[in-house]
Amino acid sequence: MLRYALKRLGSLLISLIVASLVIFFTLEVVPGDPASFMLGINAQPETLEALREELGLNATKAERYLSWVTGLVTGDLGISYTYRSPVSEIVAERLVISLPLALYALILTVVIAFPVGILAATKRGSLTDVAVMGGTQLGVAIPNFWFAMIMVLIFAINLRWFSAGGFPGWDAGFLVAIKALTVPAIALALPQASILARVMRSSLLDTLSEDYIRTSRAKGLTKRQALRRHALRNALIPVLTIIGLQLSFLLAGAIIIENVFFLPGLGRLVFQAISQRDLIVVESVVMLLVFAVIVVNFLVDLAYVWVDPRLKDRT
Amino acid sequence: MRNLVLGIALTALFVLGALVSFVWTPYDHTVLEITNKLKPPNGDHWFGTDQYGRDILSMIMVGARTSIAVAIVAVGIGIGLGVPLGLTAAAWNGSVLDEIIMRSNDLIFAFPSLLIAIMITAVYGPSAFNAIIAIGIFNIPVFARVTRGAALSLWTRDYVLAARVSGKGAARISFEHILPNLMNLLIVQGTIQFSLGILAEAALSYVGLGAQPPTPSWGRMLAESQTLFMLAPHITLFPGFAILLTVLGLNLAGDGLRDLLDPKLRRVAR
Amino acid sequence: MNHLLLGTVTAAALMTGAAIAKDVTVGLQLEPPHLDPTSAAAGAIDQVLYSNVFEGLTRFGSDGSVNPGLAESWDISEDGLTYTFNLRAGVKFHDGTDLDASDVVFSLDRARAEDSVNAQKALFANIVSVAAQDDTTVKVTLSKPQGNFLFNMAWGDAVIVAPESIETIKSNPVGTGAFTFADWKQGDSITLTRNDGYWGTPAKLDGATFKFISDPTAAFAAMMAEDIDAFYGYPAPENLAQFEADPRFTVLAGNTEGETIMAMNNKLPPFDNKLVRQAVSHAIDRSAIIDGAMFGYGTPIGSHFAPHNPAYVDLTGNSEYDPEKAKALLAEAGFADGFTTTLKLPPPSYARRGGEIIAAQLREVGIETEISNLEWAQWLEQAFKGYDYGLTIVSHTEPMDIGIYARPEYYFQYDNADFQKLIAELDVENDPAKRTEMMQGAQKIISEDYVNAYLFQLALTSVVSSDLNGIWPNAPTQAVDLTAVSWAE
Repeated sequence: MLRYALKRLGSLLISLIVASLVIFFTLEVVPGDPASFMLGINAQPETLEALREELGLNATKAERYLSWVTGLVTGDLGISYTYRSPVSEIVAERLVISLPLALYALILTVVIAFPVGILAATKRGSLTDVAVMGGTQLGVAIPNFWFAMIMVLIFAINLRWFSAGGFPGWDAGFLVAIKALTVPAIALALPQASILARVMRSSLLDTLSEDYIRTSRAKGLTKRQALRRHALRNALIPVLTIIGLQLSFLLAGAIIIENVFFLPGLGRLVFQAISQRDLIVVESVVMLLVFAVIVVNFLVDLAYVWVDPRLKDRT
Repeated sequence: MRNLVLGIALTALFVLGALVSFVWTPYDHTVLEITNKLKPPNGDHWFGTDQYGRDILSMIMVGARTSIAVAIVAVGIGIGLGVPLGLTAAAWNGSVLDEIIMRSNDLIFAFPSLLIAIMITAVYGPSAFNAIIAIGIFNIPVFARVTRGAALSLWTRDYVLAARVSGKGAARISFEHILPNLMNLLIVQGTIQFSLGILAEAALSYVGLGAQPPTPSWGRMLAESQTLFMLAPHITLFPGFAILLTVLGLNLAGDGLRDLLDPKLRRVAR
Repeated sequence: MNHLLLGTVTAAALMTGAAIAKDVTVGLQLEPPHLDPTSAAAGAIDQVLYSNVFEGLTRFGSDGSVNPGLAESWDISEDGLTYTFNLRAGVKFHDGTDLDASDVVFSLDRARAEDSVNAQKALFANIVSVAAQDDTTVKVTLSKPQGNFLFNMAWGDAVIVAPESIETIKSNPVGTGAFTFADWKQGDSITLTRNDGYWGTPAKLDGATFKFISDPTAAFAAMMAEDIDAFYGYPAPENLAQFEADPRFTVLAGNTEGETIMAMNNKLPPFDNKLVRQAVSHAIDRSAIIDGAMFGYGTPIGSHFAPHNPAYVDLTGNSEYDPEKAKALLAEAGFADGFTTTLKLPPPSYARRGGEIIAAQLREVGIETEISNLEWAQWLEQAFKGYDYGLTIVSHTEPMDIGIYARPEYYFQYDNADFQKLIAELDVENDPAKRTEMMQGAQKIISEDYVNAYLFQLALTSVVSSDLNGIWPNAPTQAVDLTAVSWAE
């Protein structure tokens, strides 16, 4: 177990180094100069030069890579070119929206998907099953930005139940803040819930057809009892894997939804930073996201092996 | 079966529309007629006209071409690179090569895909070609992983062992014995990635990073028309439904194919 | 428990509801990158801070006139080389320190210094020295007479800042204006509160929040749902008719300093041929562009000059829409079969939509364009710095900027010695009548040389709640001056 963990830790470190190189050098070839973006079309050449010097853009690529990476290791993400404040502060400010939004959407996903998936699986082949599965097909196929727009039209403009977007901040009160995140969370959750419900259903059907369930049915358990006592727990493994993937997707993949609802989240920060050539922000945030996913994967792998040592040879 | 038929029919409808658009569209989608803008669906323009007076049906047809082309090529990239990588990893299971391939896969998976697509277009500029690359890259690990997983179990089969005993090399076995048995799986996975590709292309062109005007694309049609939703709902509904129905068709077809081709799952479905 | 919670929430909502009556929330499309107007070109910084938080020696009125600001009055020497500014007494910065002549010296010296990062450093180029005579008198000496010096000092890039607060200006701006900076939720909003110690007429509002909404659909939704009281520079002209029809809103249509042009790369064949440029100008139907891209908002222009300026001459006749003539001119230039070129479009909708319409119009006369939609950073790199473009569409929003045509290295690469001479003379001319005559001459030269295709003067459209008064309809500079804004009783 320890040897396995160490080996995985080694490849994790290599992955991180490779990721940092890929991120830094793909972004370094991005055409466009942050200084000329900031100073606009009337700037004088010597003014641009002064700003480039101030931003530290005149150092060589290798120097800048090294100072960036050492910064990352020590927890210093650098200073944003355009905002001129520490990247870690900016990111923290965005995370207090992105993280709750992702969690909120994930909770909605689970709350919708579990009952729907179980219902469809237990009533397999029935009209309910067909209707529910048809619904999830639609949910998977609908482009979520389009769905979000329709939601805004209905709930913000026509019914006026919710505001059209924006985030009042957590200091405005928990309920107020949660309310502001509700429509975006629903828009994010719908396709994810559809996917998860489908996974839930097929995973349940898989386990229900396993021999030990048949045995327990033969021993006199009702279908529902068999489901609750045995099938559900075993069916959860693939479901949990999907949930893990979905969380990281929701964290970084909400850019478009953040735009539709003008939420100042992490995705929009990066999107804006790319267009302003605030490369240090882009590099650090992408690195952070990659780091999070890699570490989560590492922990998940370890957990699997811990649960079932046979898996060690199968990763 | 019902799903499969419905799915194939929907998919075929859009593919047909795309193919027909090469030789004929109701109107020239590049001609603007501003005096005739925002007309609701009528006898002359079945789907109405957009904010520049272009015929929406024609644009949907040509847009189908863009979407399908981008998604297919992106799947092609995934299969072309991912399958050989997966076969290699399986053939030399446990080797350093296997480790490198699988770790690189994990690494690509770890990158937030939409952000990377945005980065790619920031470097090379927005275009249909770069959208293909951006989507295609993320298809590679999908196919590599699926291929490796299935190939590993095939390597334990008797006929593979027999081939091994007869002295065939790992590369040759992979191509002659493993790959043909993966076809069903690849068709199913290909359909799924195809539909994801359509959605991804729509998202990219929605944020302005896909095909450039005057080439129509569904995502950009949606983006450009959404402020007009209350004024002329038809111009956002048609491209929206085009995306929805194409993806739906492909998903139904994918599910149907899986039920048809994969005996294990068929047992479950029964 | 639930009941109790709901009760307090409603009470809180009611209380803030009462207080909000004297606040205003204004939507803006772009967020400032930081809050120092003297070290970035971003118009969003001035929109939030100009005149509200920061003031200059002179200031722009809503009609574009130059009025006294922190300088109560000034004397100009006979030779036009010395400006003596008399500052207002008793002006305090928001941190409580006094404004005196040394702050003015500091601000101007900082802007023109060797290592200055002022985006409009050229405004200060003629200053030789800035000296404090006494606490309230500042003498500025120029190297040569400069007709528009007072105008230049009214720009947001020339506001007066204090050495005491300069270190933190980017996140905590300290000025002399009628509002003080209160809070910045990055990515979301900036809040200002009234400065009760203001030297002039105090603001009528208790405070103001600027909310940043970049997506046009989101802007529409926020306005319709009344999340915001006004949207300054509303980004989607197609919705304006709908707002106009709605009694809750008023639409303000004003003018800006933005000459929207389709620039041609004057050194790149075939645009080095005047006949080709003329053909392109005649191939373009301005009214179709204004109608199709701007939904009717915008005034056609025939040269690089704002129609609301007294010195404006209408030269649209030089480039009337005439595709047949365009084809004939192309044939004369040796391009009877047309040619293919690039059309690079920056993000604003005037460019993206206008570009699509222009591409279709050019196709009619045989000119094929390859459109590429660029972000600003890419546009600056490729088109502006790299001269790598055939055609591009940009709105030049700086006021009175016809002088850019005298810079042969400027991105459209127009090099005309006569024009350069005229602008040099204009720069040192102080007589208003002669200035007008020279400016009109300049307009004619570039119009008749077909340097660029002149499209329209960008309109400023704002959507405002019907009860809100005093929002500037025009944009003589990038500013949302809230000092006179109030709610109807």
